[in-house]
Amino acid sequence: MVGMVWEDAPYPMLAVSTTGTVEQANKAARLLLAGPVVGERVEHAAPEWLSRAHFGCGGSERYGEIGDRVYQAHAVYAAADRVVWWLTDVSGRQHAVDSLREWAAFLAEASNELLPSLNLDRCLAVTACLAARRLADAALVVLPRPGRRYAIARCRRGGEAVREDVSIDPGTLPGLAEALQGFPPVPTRWVAPEEAPGWALRDGPGEVGSVAVTALPGHGLPAGALVLVRGSRARFSDDERMFVRLFALWAGSAISVARLYVEQTVITETLMSELLPPPTPALDGVELAARYRPAGPSERVGGDFYDVYPVAGSGRESLVVLGDVAGKGLEAAVLTGRIRNTLRALLPLADDHHRVLELLNGVLVNDGDPARYVTLVLASFQHRGPRVAMRLTSAGHPAPLIMRNDGRVEAVPAVGTLIGVLDDITSVTDSVVLEPGETCLLYSDGIIEARGGPLGDEFFGEERLSEQLRQCAGMPPEALAERVQMLASQWVGEGEHDDMAVVAISAPRAAGEERL
Amino acid sequence: MTDGVEERVEALWAAATAGDEHAATGLAMDALDAGMPMETLLLDVVAAVQSRIGHEWAANHISVAQEHTATAVNERVLATLAHRSSRPADQTMGRIMVACIDGEWHAFPARLLAEVLRVRGWQVDYLGAQVPTPHLVAHLHLTNPDAVALSSSLAIRLPAAHAAITACQAAGTPVVAGGAAFGPDGRYARLLGADAWAPDARAAADLLAAGPLPRRTTSRDEPRQLADREYTELTRSAGDLVRDIVADLTRRMPQLAGYTEQQLGRTAEDVAYLVDFLRAALYVDDPELFSSFVGWMTSVLAARGIPESAVPAALDALADRVTGYPRALRMLARARAGLG
Repeated sequence: MVGMVWEDAPYPMLAVSTTGTVEQANKAARLLLAGPVVGERVEHAAPEWLSRAHFGCGGSERYGEIGDRVYQAHAVYAAADRVVWWLTDVSGRQHAVDSLREWAAFLAEASNELLPSLNLDRCLAVTACLAARRLADAALVVLPRPGRRYAIARCRRGGEAVREDVSIDPGTLPGLAEALQGFPPVPTRWVAPEEAPGWALRDGPGEVGSVAVTALPGHGLPAGALVLVRGSRARFSDDERMFVRLFALWAGSAISVARLYVEQTVITETLMSELLPPPTPALDGVELAARYRPAGPSERVGGDFYDVYPVAGSGRESLVVLGDVAGKGLEAAVLTGRIRNTLRALLPLADDHHRVLELLNGVLVNDGDPARYVTLVLASFQHRGPRVAMRLTSAGHPAPLIMRNDGRVEAVPAVGTLIGVLDDITSVTDSVVLEPGETCLLYSDGIIEARGGPLGDEFFGEERLSEQLRQCAGMPPEALAERVQMLASQWVGEGEHDDMAVVAISAPRAAGEERL
Repeated sequence: MTDGVEERVEALWAAATAGDEHAATGLAMDALDAGMPMETLLLDVVAAVQSRIGHEWAANHISVAQEHTATAVNERVLATLAHRSSRPADQTMGRIMVACIDGEWHAFPARLLAEVLRVRGWQVDYLGAQVPTPHLVAHLHLTNPDAVALSSSLAIRLPAAHAAITACQAAGTPVVAGGAAFGPDGRYARLLGADAWAPDARAAADLLAAGPLPRRTTSRDEPRQLADREYTELTRSAGDLVRDIVADLTRRMPQLAGYTEQQLGRTAEDVAYLVDFLRAALYVDDPELFSSFVGWMTSVLAARGIPESAVPAALDALADRVTGYPRALRMLARARAGLG
């Protein structure tokens, strides 16, 4: 008899008619379901999920709990009028799946929270919080800082991260020194609570069961260590060991990238500070304003430059230099740095613009690199009572513009050759006097060669600049420099542009006198 | 304490439009010395003068140069006040970054917010006007602020604002959007996924004081209507479009025949503006954005003595050239109908 075979099978079996009556049940099923089974309705004899599966309304999910175990139901369509359900115990598998799901969710959270930021403090704090959420009751991230200091981020479960910079002795926590060294890799070190120092346990649970110290490896660089403070005495399960390793790898990578980013930024800032446009000093009897905008959206320096020297030459005049080297970006900026240094050295000679240009030309020509040339304009000035007397020399540079009080805009010819190409240069120095309220505008060709406008492909041009400036008579230099840069930038719109530099030098109006 | 607010607004307005920086900063200092709270001075005097500058310019009561001069003076007042109020020890609220969207030149509202936040105890990183998004994000990573406040006054910057908002969020920092660009009720701020919106500096400061904005950890799905073909195509061909429409207008409107090159240049700029706003309206899929701009432009042009037939003629010429774009056509028709 087939029935006999079923009876002793190790898996619970139920034969159920299509109408829902349990017609047969083997020994394993009777034991499992406890109580009368055969002859009962399936919805009374078996759990709800199984009867739903039987009537085809349980979807594809044919598993559920019976008692404290999880069973999977397999249907065998024995004959036209009944279904034989075999039940297999899948508790172990189900547990494994649930656990994997939880780990996957944790890793997804970890990547969502670790990946967005390049901020070191934030990465340390996020790492501590994530670890305290899943791996321990409290967690610390320890990262060495220069000078025997340590950055520590600590977080207890359900709490907020706390960041501090402290000086600790890593030797007091067994395994920490090795973990901080990062390489060669060391396995997680378990420490008995009584061996751990107070600073490590401060946020821990009331009764600490165990402490684990694990390295955070990041791109081949040590990226600190993770200290897990756990209430339980148990060590990692197999799952935990695997996912803790993975988490440490991710957190370590995030921390090491953030640290590299900070280090690089500090280096860049230091090197860049020499190349950035200088602040404009307050001068006696002269007002001055400057604007600078490098070409690339992610750049801060470029091939345009300006400098303001309150004292130059024999000491009576101040000097403004505005120039433009060939090229764009960092490479051009480095060249501007050299030129600015050379010009600074030539300051005592500033009474003679031609001599300064000649010497600068000699330096650049002797460099032997034909791509290293510069156009610039020198503007020496001093106030004479309410007026400002200027001497202007342009070396291959767009002519300075003088904005008169009556709205006239005059270009100062002052033409000369560009610097760094020919062995001999020519230059003309022009003198100009600014009445109170009048302005001399120096600018780089990035302004007039801004390409765009309503039609998208026109140059801004000297014409348009002059026309706009005619409406700006009497403006204070700050507003004027900003307006010129704004007009050119708006002209460009979303398109590309060259470096832009503007310096406005004005004779101030007497106090109380209306500008416009 | 409201005593004297109006007189001080009048006095500062006079000094600002006269371009008299010394008088303007002196007035502000006097107000502080007379016991006016810094926040009142900032929001009820300096900001009031600034909004008046904008209105007077739109009504053609002051020139562009005057507007610019007055704004520069008023900004100098803000800078002076900032100098006076900076006490790093009091910055206990947290850290906020304040910046204008790339392309946005109107820095005043952002600067005002920066000062109000400082007064209220925040550590503020003010990045100024026209901040390229890569700068913004680089700065975010260095300073890790609690939130970024992004300001934009013109709706044509909305696509750029969208880029900035999403980039800041991708760097794990919540965004408060503010400024006229985001619509009177902040609807575009919501549409572009900003975490919060505030109509002015006071509201933004209140909002930030109310508690931390949640850090969004998962990216959101892109709203459906953003950056579709119509917006992209119109953006690509904007220059040609403007050229054609100006040519069209010179045929349709005999008055334009006598225009100088400069006047034609200005007409082209106005037409380009119209196209920019249509693009922005397409980007956020809101015909009202375009209609209200057209209404505003009509009144501004009228104040400058431009013939009132110019705007409808430009709309017609534009409609003739976007026949393949149903959304654009609907927006144009609606704006045209609004003009009567």
